Amino acid sequence: MGIRTLVAMLVVALAVIGVLATQASYRLFLPGLLQGALLTIEIAVLGSLLAVVMGMLAALARMYGPAPLRWLATVYVEIFRGTSALVQLFWLFFVLPQFGVTLDAFLVAVLALGLNVGAYGSECVRGAIQSVPRGQWEAGTALNMSRAQMLRRIILPQAFIAMIPPWGNLFIELLKSTALVSLITLTDLAFKAQQMNQNTFKTVPIFTLVLLMYLAMSLVVSIGMRLLERRASLGLARGRAA
Amino acid sequence: MIWDWSFTFQILPVLAHAAIVSIEATLLGFVIAATLGLVLAVVRIAVPWTAWTISVLVELIRSTPLLIQIFFIYFVFPKFGLVLDAFTAGVLAIGIHYAAYCSEVYRAGFDNIHRGQWEASIALNLSSWTTFRDIIIPQAIPPIVPALGNYLVALFKETPLLSAIAVLELMQTAKIIGSETFRYTEPITLVGLFFLAMSLVSAALIRALERLLNRRTPR
Repeated sequence: MGIRTLVAMLVVALAVIGVLATQASYRLFLPGLLQGALLTIEIAVLGSLLAVVMGMLAALARMYGPAPLRWLATVYVEIFRGTSALVQLFWLFFVLPQFGVTLDAFLVAVLALGLNVGAYGSECVRGAIQSVPRGQWEAGTALNMSRAQMLRRIILPQAFIAMIPPWGNLFIELLKSTALVSLITLTDLAFKAQQMNQNTFKTVPIFTLVLLMYLAMSLVVSIGMRLLERRASLGLARGRAA
Repeated sequence: MIWDWSFTFQILPVLAHAAIVSIEATLLGFVIAATLGLVLAVVRIAVPWTAWTISVLVELIRSTPLLIQIFFIYFVFPKFGLVLDAFTAGVLAIGIHYAAYCSEVYRAGFDNIHRGQWEASIALNLSSWTTFRDIIIPQAIPPIVPALGNYLVALFKETPLLSAIAVLELMQTAKIIGSETFRYTEPITLVGLFFLAMSLVSAALIRALERLLNRRTPR
């Protein structure tokens, strides 16, 4: 889907929220939901940062690390990709305290979502690094660079462009997964929706607004990543150049 | 003691029973996803004026959390006179959510069919129904089976969400055991291990299937 269509959808989504807000039955819920959305955004941003760090570390450890590190990274990736995000969230929230480690719900949310998406991210980092042509490594060797230098100065900057679209999808997945944190008592957008629904039974306005708000947030991420991709691939003959 | 083996064996049958519900939900959800996804992908090509509407619809479904969609079907549909029990509502939501993803997979499959195949069908005066049924779909499906398989696994891992509307699947059962006995360690760890085992096994199966299909359909 083109960036123009995405922007058009965002404008329409925001306009619909605006129009609905003129009605008292909808306006009533808006402040509470916006408050919840703020927490959703906080968790999504921090979770995404953790995911990027974990994804990079796991991918590099798996590709270039010494055997024990490689093994550790593989176990991490398989465990977090193989079990469900909700199970991980519950495990960190309910089971970890039994081992004497009690984290507050916000930290659990960021950790679980960041680690979960990071495991998927490590695969797309790996794919992106492998997509850089071999000749680039060979040229680096010819220039007498160390492996770390080649990776930092030649390979990663090129792999970065190939990474943007898959990471964009992962950030959206993470944003959507933040709805799960409502199940471990965090008052995010999904939690507020459920709470208001139980108090007022005004199901239709609440869930319509919530869907529109999640849609708007996802579209902002999509559009942002498209712009980043366009900017990063400026002047290069690869990727979806501008 | 942190891990109690006798308690583990005591709850294992209960969890195994709940696992059947999870698997049922997975299979039913995937049947909806695979069929509805195929319908969306075919209609999009066969009836050109729907293409834009369907792509916006797919984008809408993919941009909002599954949990909210489950709530929407469970809580909002009754307001319009459609009352569904928790299991049906949950399976329907999961099915529709993944239909959006699957329709993109089918679309990729159709895009990979050589232009000449479409043109030959027109030259032979085949109806668009026959073209799809006898020419396009048999060629388009085998290469995308692994991708669909990945979505089956992803869908399976989403079934714990059904616990949010109190479907008695694996997660909900583990939570109930936890709240009754104040022991969360064993049930939730077992659920995690179950998902891990299932994912690893299905990943291996998908790889095997991929090899098999690659051998049978030379490209």
